[in-house]
Amino acid sequence: MAESITPPTTSKTEGVPAGLWMRCPDCGDMLFKKVVDENLLVCPACQYHFRVGARARMNQLCDEGTFEELFSDIEPVDPLEFVDKKAYADRIKSEQFKSKEKDALLSGRGFIKGRPLVLAVMDPNFMMGSMGSVVGEKLTRSIELAAEELLPLVIVSCSGGARMQESTLSLMQMAKTSAALGRLDDAGCLFISLLTDPTTGGVTASFSMLGDFIIAEPKALIGFAGPRTIWNTIKQELPEGFQRSEFLRDKGFVDFIVHRKDLRSEIARLIDYCGK
Amino acid sequence: MATATLEPKDVPETRPALRHTLGFEQPLAKLEAQVQELEALQSNKRLDYTAEIRQLRNNYTSLLKKTYENLTPWETVQVARHPQRPQFRDYIDLFCREFREIHGDRRFADDKAIVAGLARLGGHKVMLIGHHKGRDTKEKIACNFGCAHPEGYRKALRCMKLAEKFGLPVVTLVDTAGAYPGIGSEERGVAEAIAVNMMEMSRLRTPIVSVVTGEGGSGGAIGIAVADKVAMMEHAWYSVISPEGCSGILWKGSENAPDAAAALKLTSRDLKQIGIIDTAIPEPLGGAHRDPHTAAHSLEQYISKTLRDLKRCKIENLLERRYEKFRNLGIYLEKGARASARAG
Repeated sequence: MAESITPPTTSKTEGVPAGLWMRCPDCGDMLFKKVVDENLLVCPACQYHFRVGARARMNQLCDEGTFEELFSDIEPVDPLEFVDKKAYADRIKSEQFKSKEKDALLSGRGFIKGRPLVLAVMDPNFMMGSMGSVVGEKLTRSIELAAEELLPLVIVSCSGGARMQESTLSLMQMAKTSAALGRLDDAGCLFISLLTDPTTGGVTASFSMLGDFIIAEPKALIGFAGPRTIWNTIKQELPEGFQRSEFLRDKGFVDFIVHRKDLRSEIARLIDYCGK
Repeated sequence: MATATLEPKDVPETRPALRHTLGFEQPLAKLEAQVQELEALQSNKRLDYTAEIRQLRNNYTSLLKKTYENLTPWETVQVARHPQRPQFRDYIDLFCREFREIHGDRRFADDKAIVAGLARLGGHKVMLIGHHKGRDTKEKIACNFGCAHPEGYRKALRCMKLAEKFGLPVVTLVDTAGAYPGIGSEERGVAEAIAVNMMEMSRLRTPIVSVVTGEGGSGGAIGIAVADKVAMMEHAWYSVISPEGCSGILWKGSENAPDAAAALKLTSRDLKQIGIIDTAIPEPLGGAHRDPHTAAHSLEQYISKTLRDLKRCKIENLLERRYEKFRNLGIYLEKGARASARAG
């Protein structure tokens, strides 16, 4: 189910403000933006993990200067001429202008602590990281590249789910990426799925949940149906911490939770155990 | 008695009085009522209304044809949800010579929203799996109205693995508004269950045919619909989200569901055109709910023929084609390469 996730407000993402200060939405502290940036966009006071744009995430993860972007020529079109309150064609333009990205996924090769790998990172700044044809195609090419060159693959999920404006084409990306991961699995390659806030809907229900290892950042919202949909359906209070990383770990669907500052060493460790 | 002259064939429906009338079917219902009234008069008072009745029936048939040939996407959604539309267990009764139901996922429970079992269908022995919404209130509640929990998807996969092991083709019939959105469903990993099903179906070493018979709601649908051939009944719908859900998110209210239904391009005609489905299976005039037998027959014919074709292929070729089928779905622009890649 494609989910409704509140679009990132400026207080939650990078690229915030012209201003020098920002407020932590969790503990409410006023933070000096530069300090937060240097702290990998984590609140120094309460360790709240802010959402990270794809390029910033790639820089955080890869050894400096090693990221080589691939499949960057793939651009979205409006295949169904979808119009809601706004035409999808116009939405694409304004999202591209706002995010300076063509769509919601950045992919390529890089190194983490000297270990070569293929990376694909979803971008919450473009239509809330939703998956349409472009995201699905770039993911699939990344997966196929990893299988072909027997490289480890890391996918960072950050998404509201499948993109409604491409309807069933978006739904098909779930099958397409899952099928590609089946081949990667057959090739014996390592796939690390990193779940960040938020990972929901058709993204959770496809590649995100197919990692050999599934890592989550602390307190990320991870689920299939969004909390609002569930509440609307069953009109029942949701348990405390429902659909957060820690909840999923306790229910057995996340292998471990890793603080942002430890992600590089954790990925390197897994590659040392399981990479080809 | 003049009734003898009335050909039953003139009327596509059998029990109009018991049939639920959809909003846009009101003019049809009025004509049906008039026919019934005249028929009653004719038999009670021994008056001859043969000509009038014939005229009314002709009007009825042409209006029915006109209505159903020009259904709006939102009307299609309503037809797909018609309470008397044949469901999984109806189809079993109508076209399976035998059905041995298999219960449970051997992990947690037996989800009644997805039914699975060994079946004989048009000369084939198959593993038949599908959503069942329930026909009366009690059954509907037991089936969660066709919204499956993770255990339903895991039961489906367990049965598919059995089919693979014993060389039986898999047939899935999709009819769900979506996977169940609830606490237990999330706690037991409905997203993981759907994801694993798609991955495993993409490499399952036996032929798979999937047909969306009613509603094809999102991940809950595709969780059992990664197949060599994917078809839809003519008046089924298949989409990333229900029109109501889409309206709620993009229009901030459910009253725009008809607009969302149109925007989502969820009809069999649209999806055939985009290349997402291979076949739209024609329904009897006025929809499957007017004539479940004919609908079941068409469905059975399609499945039988498709299985015959698929069984002739080497499994390696089949798997390669199945992969490519989904691999090629997606429409985007790529500079420097082909001007535009499009759906296969």
